[in-house]
Amino acid sequence: MAADSAAAPPQGTAAPPTPAVLEARGLAKRYGDREALREVSLEARRGELVAVIGPNGAGKTTLLSILAGIQRPDAGEVNLSPREIGWVPQQAAVYGKLTVEENLRLFARLEKVPDPGASVERMLDLTGLRERAHDQVSELSGGNRQRVNIAVGLLGEQCVLLLDEPSAALDPRQRERVWEFVLSLADAGTTVVYSTHNIQEAERHAQRVLVLADGELIFTGSPRELEDVVERGASADVLAPGGTPADFEAAFVAFLRQRGH
Amino acid sequence: MRWLLLKDLQILRRSPLVVALLVLYPAVISTLIGFALSRGPDKPQVAFVNLVPKSAEQIELGGEQINVTRQAGPLFRAIEPVRVQTRREAIQKVEDGEVLGALVIPEDTTRKLQAGLEPATVEVFYNADDPVKANYVRDTIKSQVQDANNALTKRLAEAAAEYLDLIGTGGRFEIFGRELDVLGLERAEEILREAERELPKRSPAREQIEQVVRFARLARDNLDLSDAVLSSVGTPIAVKQTQLDGGATPLSSFAVAIAVTVSLMFITLLLAAGTLALEREENAFPRLVRGLVSRTSVLLEKAALAAVCSATVCLLMLAALGLFVDLNWERSPLWIAAVAAGALAFAAMGLAVGVVTKEVRAASLLCVMLSLPLAFLALVPSGSVSRPLFEVVRAISALFPFKPTLTALDTALDETGDIVAPLLHLLALFLAFGAVSRLALRRFAG
Repeated sequence: MAADSAAAPPQGTAAPPTPAVLEARGLAKRYGDREALREVSLEARRGELVAVIGPNGAGKTTLLSILAGIQRPDAGEVNLSPREIGWVPQQAAVYGKLTVEENLRLFARLEKVPDPGASVERMLDLTGLRERAHDQVSELSGGNRQRVNIAVGLLGEQCVLLLDEPSAALDPRQRERVWEFVLSLADAGTTVVYSTHNIQEAERHAQRVLVLADGELIFTGSPRELEDVVERGASADVLAPGGTPADFEAAFVAFLRQRGH
Repeated sequence: MRWLLLKDLQILRRSPLVVALLVLYPAVISTLIGFALSRGPDKPQVAFVNLVPKSAEQIELGGEQINVTRQAGPLFRAIEPVRVQTRREAIQKVEDGEVLGALVIPEDTTRKLQAGLEPATVEVFYNADDPVKANYVRDTIKSQVQDANNALTKRLAEAAAEYLDLIGTGGRFEIFGRELDVLGLERAEEILREAERELPKRSPAREQIEQVVRFARLARDNLDLSDAVLSSVGTPIAVKQTQLDGGATPLSSFAVAIAVTVSLMFITLLLAAGTLALEREENAFPRLVRGLVSRTSVLLEKAALAAVCSATVCLLMLAALGLFVDLNWERSPLWIAAVAAGALAFAAMGLAVGVVTKEVRAASLLCVMLSLPLAFLALVPSGSVSRPLFEVVRAISALFPFKPTLTALDTALDETGDIVAPLLHLLALFLAFGAVSRLALRRFAG
């Protein structure tokens, strides 16, 4: 089934599209009899925020793992090597017994950053964790730990950042702080691709959403375009009195239902 | 790789409980073994009463006076005697739990020994509340009484042999203060020969004298064998010990080898498996292997960390044990080789454990669950189980590093045996477990 896509540029942008920074073509992955990804292709531009959404088991984490180089696809290719892509896993991948600074310094050295000390300083400023620099990560709150996790993903100063469920298990305040940080990165030109279960997060922050279901990419476009697609084909029970879906989440659910998922 | 190594050392430094365990475990083991080897077992307290009158303490055997009470000397080296005056008092001390047992020498002991018509009997009382101690007291006294029996029997046989020798060859003999000259069969034969020569050739007495001479010769020839016969009666079963196989390692050295091998196994397995499992528990493994470090480097780093730390601790442990046990320090290069090879093999095995577990706790538990049966199997002696079962045990032990490490270390501590074979065995196990870990890392850790 071909993915619905919108030709229109992302909301609020009038400039011609910049060249794609990240490109993936025909990605496929199979676990035994189950097809986790089927011929998924995508691209993301400089500074673009792309959300990957879908029901449980849709293949979101598999897609991000392949883009990050954690897993090898059975078919397809990605234009960037793992070292050219920053990756932030869903669960913080940092050492609890080390301090924030020690974690940053360790990964900066492993990344072979030219000046590890300067990178650490920059990340401490960027994450707002300077005051907690000498605290062990195990003593930090979930939100701060996730900020360290993201900072480690940024140490290599790659132009693309992949985030797998970046705000999962965070309280609203912590979530807000993480998003402020991520948005600032995108403003600075970093391409951000993130997966999320939180539909509002996709609507609120993403310029483009990719909808995955059963390993298949069934939509790519802006949140507004997804709502338009639903409006065009929806029955009355999913539409509000004005003829539009009640909210983006309702539109997303209706879209999945229309597509038989 | 060095940054990972430094990171792991930093984490260890911040894990005081783990470090304490790693340092205290061998320290406690070496101290316990050191004390156990340097001190003999405590002597059991045994009430002792000798009811033999002072005047009757001596018996005469073969003209020699023997003080029977002095025969108790070896016994007193095996027990701590609590001297009492009466039989009743001795029994009371056992009943009150003041002593583990009581030994009573009855007053008729020397009389019966002197008469030789019936055996002298000593009495032993013991408390069976504690079966282990009761058994120890019973066996100790029984063994010492048996030794005394043997000594007396030997002395009696020697005296009898002296008498028989006197009958055969003749000589001087003292009895009741008077010295007698005993003719003896040998001299009797000579006298009869002379008498026979002086008789006329056709005298009928010649034939009779000839018969007596033949008897005297026969009797003397057979008495010549009496020493050996009496000796065999005095010691009916003698033990000739011949070692057919194995080294001549003193028990203390073997105990040291076991202690060090057990410590090496625990420390190395726990460190290798734990540090590898930690990478997955902290979710850092995927981040590391996506271009920062290769999977093989991660494994090598963990193996090196575990092997170096555990080998250092165990060599220090060996040095500490050297304070208690006489070790040949000139062979220390061989100790290092044995400990290093064992550490590497255990490290590779620890990696295999660490790969299949996702948490440090699970890895630690699996290490302990694997270690104890492996150590137990490796220490099963041949002959204690059926031959086919022993072959199975030996084959299983050969698949894991405990047995070859113990063999290598035992050989390194001792003067005998070939150390090259166990070292090559350990090297092969290191490579085999390393390969298994590398393959399993792809399968289990993505």
